[in-house]
Amino acid sequence: MIALFKRDLALSIRAGGGFGLGLAFFLIVVTLVPFGVGPQSELLARIAPGILWLGALLACLLSLDRILALDWEDGSLDLLATAPLPMEGIVSVKALAHWVTTGLPLVLAAPVFGVLLNLPEGGFLWLTLSLALGTPALSVIGTFGAALTVGLKRGGLLMSLLVLPLYVPTLIFGAEVARRGALGMAVETPLMMLAGISLAVIALLPFASAAVLRVNLR
Amino acid sequence: MILTAENLTVTRGGIPVLEGLHFTLPPGKALVLRGPNGIGKTTLLRTVAGLQPPFAGTLSGAGERVAYAAHADGLKTTLSVEENLAFWARVFGLSQIDPALDAYQLDGLRNRAAGQLSAGQKRRLGLARLMVTGRPVWVLDEPTVSLDRDAVAMFADAVRAHLNDGGSALIATHIDLGLDGDALDVTPFKARQPDAADFDEVFL
Repeated sequence: MIALFKRDLALSIRAGGGFGLGLAFFLIVVTLVPFGVGPQSELLARIAPGILWLGALLACLLSLDRILALDWEDGSLDLLATAPLPMEGIVSVKALAHWVTTGLPLVLAAPVFGVLLNLPEGGFLWLTLSLALGTPALSVIGTFGAALTVGLKRGGLLMSLLVLPLYVPTLIFGAEVARRGALGMAVETPLMMLAGISLAVIALLPFASAAVLRVNLR
Repeated sequence: MILTAENLTVTRGGIPVLEGLHFTLPPGKALVLRGPNGIGKTTLLRTVAGLQPPFAGTLSGAGERVAYAAHADGLKTTLSVEENLAFWARVFGLSQIDPALDAYQLDGLRNRAAGQLSAGQKRRLGLARLMVTGRPVWVLDEPTVSLDRDAVAMFADAVRAHLNDGGSALIATHIDLGLDGDALDVTPFKARQPDAADFDEVFL
């Protein structure tokens, strides 16, 4: 398991591995928004939490099709399936590696990008915390989507269509935490809902991903 | 432990391709599968490797004892030869990769990225992976594709050494490797195609 995790990390930082791709995409989305809505700082401050969450979500989506498709193409997924690792473990490790290479940089960069959108001072902590709690769910749900579409040529678009609706609850509560935090309101309820969603998804979805993957490898 | 298939039926895409297969593979022996392209050799091997369940019949002595080598070698092009092999060794809970590198004369290519190997060298690395699995039953699908004469000899030696250690091998191949064991022609086991009239593909 640890070997697989290390391998996935090594692959993502080597040439063509896509490390930093999500981060660059996030930066571009965030810098494009002021061009689109105009330089009114009050308006930007109001929409900043939502835009940052949406940007992070789309950046996460961008790299999902690498999670399993590359392993499927070169045959290593078949070989991993016959290895002594449980399939649930394989998909969990892959989701974790995706989060470390995509989600974690987004969490760390979000406060910096918040400055670009004039995020109110009180919002930085809650934005970072909500992303830290929510992005693992995005990676795990994304791995499920990747498992559903593995083996389909150019399945990336179909996967986006399947995964985006599943991202809705995480987005609602994540953005709500950041928005309430920015306005100085109480954040406990959406924060607990967000944490609950993440924990439930991490606990349950790997079983679904593994089952789907077994069917897709037949 | 003997690998045994009894009355085995295997399917591809829900349609039986081979049915009523019987074979046994004791330790120290090789079984070579023969038959024309498309007869279902790969499907049979994938079933034995546990990637898909048998449609009917029983298969014993497979499962966790099988090391599978498919058409694709499962190599990561940006990792070096050594890293690729060390990864699979760790997945299977082993650490020793030098015997495998020696057996396929990959020692000099140790630090070369797998993406820069020739097709034959890639195949050799893919086959060397079997030696770091520690599994007794090798299930090999067309292992000699893109190997030159010397590399085929290396492969035959590696399989012979594996058999001498009490392992066994199930190999789909068209060339004669000179191994101790039988050949099984799967052509007579070709499944009857279901009648189109009472065939409801919705329920596949």
